[in-house]
Amino acid sequence: MSIPHLLVHNRQDNVGVVVVEGVEAGNELFVVVTEDNSDFTITTKHDIPIGHKVALADFSEGDTVIKYGVDIGRIVQNTKKGEHIHTHNLKTKRW
Amino acid sequence: MTNETFFGYRRENNRVGVRNYVAILPVDDISNAACEAVANNIKGTIALPHSYGRLQFGSDLELHFRTIIGTGANPNVAACVVIGIEPGWTQKIVDGIAQTGKPVVGFSIEQHGDIETVATASRQAKEFVHMTSGLQREECGISDLWVAAKCGESDTTTGLASCPAVGNMYDKWIPKGLYGCFGETTEITGAEHICEARAVSPEIGKKFMKTWQAYQDEVVEPYKTSDLSDSQPTKGNILGGLTTIEEKALGNLEKIGKEVSYIDVLEPAEAPSTGPGLYFMDTSSAAAECNTIQAAAGYTVHVFPTGQGNIIGNPIMPVIKVTGNPRTVRTMGEHVDVDVSGVVRREMTIPEAGDALMEMVLQTANGRLTAAEALGHKEFVMTKLYRSA
Repeated sequence: MSIPHLLVHNRQDNVGVVVVEGVEAGNELFVVVTEDNSDFTITTKHDIPIGHKVALADFSEGDTVIKYGVDIGRIVQNTKKGEHIHTHNLKTKRW
Repeated sequence: MTNETFFGYRRENNRVGVRNYVAILPVDDISNAACEAVANNIKGTIALPHSYGRLQFGSDLELHFRTIIGTGANPNVAACVVIGIEPGWTQKIVDGIAQTGKPVVGFSIEQHGDIETVATASRQAKEFVHMTSGLQREECGISDLWVAAKCGESDTTTGLASCPAVGNMYDKWIPKGLYGCFGETTEITGAEHICEARAVSPEIGKKFMKTWQAYQDEVVEPYKTSDLSDSQPTKGNILGGLTTIEEKALGNLEKIGKEVSYIDVLEPAEAPSTGPGLYFMDTSSAAAECNTIQAAAGYTVHVFPTGQGNIIGNPIMPVIKVTGNPRTVRTMGEHVDVDVSGVVRREMTIPEAGDALMEMVLQTANGRLTAAEALGHKEFVMTKLYRSA
């Protein structure tokens, strides 16, 4: 198998994690789901640092982000598939 | 793995140490200078300076005593010189450590001054060095190992690779009699119900939830000025791609593996008392505070997953760094003991990463210095519960 650019924990997750350095807007990323080793590709819309998340679906304000198959917070600004997801568009539901 | 033994120092109370320190232990902050002078005089000793020990009271004072006594009692310490400003609390610490059967003597500074105290304590420390430096290691098994875990400067790779490696180690070794420990009460937020469900029984799960809820009610609610998003996740976590406390908590909990249940919930620095197994300890999520009280509870080896590169060490407990972030391996590899970045390249499985970590735990227990030891990291930090009297 070729080296993945993006890893996804669970099949129901709607974000993945960049695991290589140097991802740039427009790159086609090879994505592997660690739960079952299934794979697909996605095109990024931003430069995304290693460790940061990519949207695997279109999100509207108020949508829930799922990672590890679990709720990790809510979207606070509309986000398209392939875009960067971080503190600017995802917030905790706690505290 | 075939060879699951190591060579350690069996102490008077049958616990096994993996290091052989003569510790020079201050009761209080103002005795640091004398302790450091003794350690400077006598080679083969280590001073453990810290910031507290005066005018504390109630449960905060009890935690201070438990931490100091537990540190001296840790089997990585062969013998201990205790120095305090006055004889009362000094003797209390000495008596606590003496319950292990190890050599320990206390000195107090009032009516003697630093210079006389340092001279007398140095002579004692020299005797302890002669008594302990020739002790021989003997072959020991997994059931003699106490391995604590805590992650730091976490990022998204910790949940993918380094924390699951620790979890895999616990899944394999807890059934063989290992003592394990995880904590970080705040950082379980967002995954607290998952953690509750991993308790050995509903009663222990409720005990965990009570501890977790107390932190929310007594610390977060009265003191928060925002949603804590400047502190949890930390700035380093955010640089590494972690966005919310929920996401951080889920990665953190990967440290407890898939199969093992925790069997009790410990107070800070409380020694486990219900036999081998995995324990949850109520700890700060700050690395030096957490590691210090885990060592004070008797843990002799520490496994520390990091993403962005936390560089923490401990003066008496070797801290093994494991990372799955290839950039951290590239940019600060001198801090990394176990590189599991192959996991994110899908070149290494989680069970293989667990095996690599276990091999490093055994090597470390045999005496291999960790990166943090070689680089001189000796962070020894008390957990303070509230203001002093």
